[in-house]
Amino acid sequence: MTIFEYAPALESRSIVSIQPEYGHFINGTFAKGSHHFPTINPADEETLSHIALGNSQDIDAAVNAARVAYESIWSKMPGKERGKYLYRIARILQERAREFAVLETLDNGKPIRESRDIDVPLAAAHFFYHAGWADKLDFAGLGNSPRPHGVAAQIIPWNFPILMLAWKIAPALAAGNTVVLKPAETTSLTALLFAQVCQQAELPDGVVNIVTGNGSTGAALVDHPGIDKIAFTGSTEVGKAIARAIAPTQKKATLELGGKAANVVFEDAPIDECVEGIVNGIFFNQGHVCCAGSRLLLQEDIADEVLSKLKVRMAKIRVGNPLDKNTDLGAINSSEQLAKIRDLSKSGDEEGAERWSPDCTLPNTGFWFPPTIFTGVTQAHRIAREEIFGPVLSVLTFRTPQEAMEKANNTPYGLSAGVWSEKGSKILWAAQRLKAGVIWANTFNKFDPASPFGGYKESGWGREGGRHGLTAYLKEAESNNE
Amino acid sequence: MSERLEVKKTYKLYIGGTFPRSESGRTYEVQNSAGDFIANACLASRKDLKEAVVAARSAQSSWSSASAYNRGQILYRIAEMMEGRRVQFVQEISQSEGISVEEAEKQVVTAIDRWVWYAGWSDKLSVLAGSTNPVSGPYYNFTIPEAMGVIGAIAPEQNSLLGLVETVAPIIVSGNTCIVLASSRAPLSAITFAEVLATSDLPAGVCNVLTGNKEELAPWFASHMDINGLDLSGIDEPSLLSEIKTSGAQNLKRIHSFPESQNPRRILAFMEAKTIWHPIGV
Amino acid sequence: MKYFGLVDGTETSLLNYLKSLSGVDQVGAEARAAALATRSIKTSAKKFAIDLAISMVDLTTLEGADTPGKVKALASKGVRPDPTDSTVPSVGAICVYGDMVAIARQHLDLIGGVHVPVAAVATAFPSGRASMAVKIQDTNDAVAAGADEIDMVIDRGAFLSGRYIEVFDEIAQIRAICAGKAHLKVILETGELVTYDNVRKASFLAMAAGADFIKTSTGKVAPAATAPVVLVMLEAVRDFYQLTGHRIGVKPAGGIRNTKDAIKQLVLVNETAGPEWLTPTLFRIGASALLNDLLMQRMKMRDGYYASPTYVTID
Repeated sequence: MTIFEYAPALESRSIVSIQPEYGHFINGTFAKGSHHFPTINPADEETLSHIALGNSQDIDAAVNAARVAYESIWSKMPGKERGKYLYRIARILQERAREFAVLETLDNGKPIRESRDIDVPLAAAHFFYHAGWADKLDFAGLGNSPRPHGVAAQIIPWNFPILMLAWKIAPALAAGNTVVLKPAETTSLTALLFAQVCQQAELPDGVVNIVTGNGSTGAALVDHPGIDKIAFTGSTEVGKAIARAIAPTQKKATLELGGKAANVVFEDAPIDECVEGIVNGIFFNQGHVCCAGSRLLLQEDIADEVLSKLKVRMAKIRVGNPLDKNTDLGAINSSEQLAKIRDLSKSGDEEGAERWSPDCTLPNTGFWFPPTIFTGVTQAHRIAREEIFGPVLSVLTFRTPQEAMEKANNTPYGLSAGVWSEKGSKILWAAQRLKAGVIWANTFNKFDPASPFGGYKESGWGREGGRHGLTAYLKEAESNNE
Repeated sequence: MSERLEVKKTYKLYIGGTFPRSESGRTYEVQNSAGDFIANACLASRKDLKEAVVAARSAQSSWSSASAYNRGQILYRIAEMMEGRRVQFVQEISQSEGISVEEAEKQVVTAIDRWVWYAGWSDKLSVLAGSTNPVSGPYYNFTIPEAMGVIGAIAPEQNSLLGLVETVAPIIVSGNTCIVLASSRAPLSAITFAEVLATSDLPAGVCNVLTGNKEELAPWFASHMDINGLDLSGIDEPSLLSEIKTSGAQNLKRIHSFPESQNPRRILAFMEAKTIWHPIGV
Repeated sequence: MKYFGLVDGTETSLLNYLKSLSGVDQVGAEARAAALATRSIKTSAKKFAIDLAISMVDLTTLEGADTPGKVKALASKGVRPDPTDSTVPSVGAICVYGDMVAIARQHLDLIGGVHVPVAAVATAFPSGRASMAVKIQDTNDAVAAGADEIDMVIDRGAFLSGRYIEVFDEIAQIRAICAGKAHLKVILETGELVTYDNVRKASFLAMAAGADFIKTSTGKVAPAATAPVVLVMLEAVRDFYQLTGHRIGVKPAGGIRNTKDAIKQLVLVNETAGPEWLTPTLFRIGASALLNDLLMQRMKMRDGYYASPTYVTID
């Protein structure tokens, strides 16, 4: 048999220049941090740089800068002009797309194919989309002259660093808010590069402030009395802590939290595309996706066929150097996350589920986990209830469509769901019953700035994207309240 | 010939389409503004709340899957029934709130009209809050607003009927079911309103009415894990509000207080946006 | 063994068999093909792929203006694609009209190309619009003239109007003529079938009826061998193998003009049907201009600088 080996096809990292140390981006300039911590490439554990650990003084300075910028410039600027800044940013992101993609892959561990084809283009698209809203806020559905909240505190996760930054900053600025953004502890570099983009775009000082750090930095930001609005993407646990922290205050919040999405496959599904959808649903971005299709629900009469095809397909997944253009599955973002994935997978073994992974050689350094499925999983298993946030799929079966819906909805989460059938009426029937904010029918893990994203129940508050997402950064003019 | 003795009304709770007494057997005295006894009202317990949530949850799926037109008609029917009870409402409100008959009359007609206003939204919400989204790719993508589930509500103390209407109507018009705690001080019109609901076509469990003490019950509303959202417009005390919001974070309840009385925002606050993607192909 | 136990030759069994196939979602199939098209094949992998692709080319001339001279030139090129470099493999086959089979065969044998098969298009190629008697005679002539492979066309009119059993019977009859003498490639003309559902259905129909290869197109209709069409056909042969244990070949033809396109096809094969199909006995590429581009890319890999068409032969 002929073996077609793909030679290494490494994206050059010469396009990025990483400084040995970074400070915070406050009021348009980089302020030196007091303490620093290393940020590493999870694919080989190389230290890439040292990141400033933001404390309450840094947060205070950033919030004050944002407040001054809000009061003196940004809230007074016509939407038309704000929009042009966003267009500028979108264009610069496009121009520097390769640089962002390589840096993202280095810092995060995701395959260059994804950072290049998905994260960075979508981030630019978010700025482009929201730029157009800036001078049309009267038509956002909140009546004439809606107002921004003021200073928005934005805390983003490590799974899509630059994309989540765009999801947060673009609508906030379009609506007229100024922002203090805290990137995730392990993935600050593209946010700091974005700070340079703000400088290139000549964005007024203080409109965007970026304070790096860890959970305590984020907590200091949430607790700061000078913020009006919080946008958080991350774990449900932290989301609840934020909800409690702001309970005594007037702060508004949108929360994009965890998920345990059911991907429901009916017997009349388009099988090959469905297998692709399953793979994309759980192995996209190493499964570090809050809306990942982590619970596969297969109708019993096709379960064997789908599983056998899925295993054949999984054997084709190329795991390895994220900078290789042919890599499908990159590195797990951190050793902590890897430990969590291992722990939950172990519980799957212990609870009697059957683990399977294709043969694949994992690199010796860095954090890696092979694409994995568990069969024989029931709703009672931990791996069917808890978010694993890794390339691990739990496979369950069902007999009737009603049973599928009951199982799919049997979770405190409600972020996303998938449904596969060639029968249109069944798709709509299921879409109506699935309790989730995003339903992917005959597809999975698709994102667009025009498409609202967000969850039911414990998956969060509010939406991001589209008109719905924009309104989270606006309030009605006082006169509209009787 | 002796004077005829009036048959007094017993005011009870309204849970799952029936009028039980509080399981606790507790009642409290409802007094007029002069402090005179008017009636005994049930002092609902946390177990009554629990029962009401069970009733609301079991009614939710079929109520939200009823057609919007059907829900609109049922709600309009409620307004018709309210109109028939006008005199009774006026009397109860005037008596328990200590306001003039004219003022009470004004509150009642406003409440009926407001109910009609909200009822009419049932089949217009998806136009208001739905959209088709032009995504870049061969996908049909649309967003629809959908009922959130079971909503708890603390009705305002003032304007006992109008406040109740402004609380309940926006919650249930979209397909939610609710448990509402009536004005503690003036709960009688709420129970009469429940009688209206019972004799209209509103399915049992869609709206459940409790009377009692909000300081006692509100924390149980907040911590109940099968309640999806809370309307706290009837709570003014910042410390209680803060306590409820803190406790409600346990299942990330959507918690709102509304300054506005007639605004579709009150409806949409208890709806979820669901976005559906489907490929376009042959 | 007849029809692999999948159908019994009756219309009812054929219809049930075709109905049992799952549908193909257009957007999903196209997305998968597009994703595989982003594979980056460099250096040693590219060199390997170029030689493999050359060995899979069905070097084709199917013109009204074909002459013995043209066919002989093509045959010479097929045996030794690059006269200056003996490490270049011969192509997979020479593909001609039926009346040119004898000329091609004789010339190949004469110049040391005994190992290069001759493929003949048949059954009223390209339209398939003729009586069955004519199609049978067409095939008989080609086989008698020494064709090693028969590229027949299906009756797309019959297929599109649901007369699947007619399509099936035609393939089975041509198969009977070829049996033991020539490999049968069945051209679906996917550009006229239009939908991927039809492509999948026609693929399974042809395989059950006895095709050794399923082939996308005549080259006379656009679109031809698009990546998603080939993907769907590769999925079909993979599934058919699972079902029957028989490996059926796939031949994209039409529209594959340069090395990049050809390598994309090989990636599709590698990651869909699997490496077992990476052989000229199970994968061919019907083309004419492609060969020279493969040769030029090969020179670039060998010499380190870009080649010119001046240095590859035209025929």
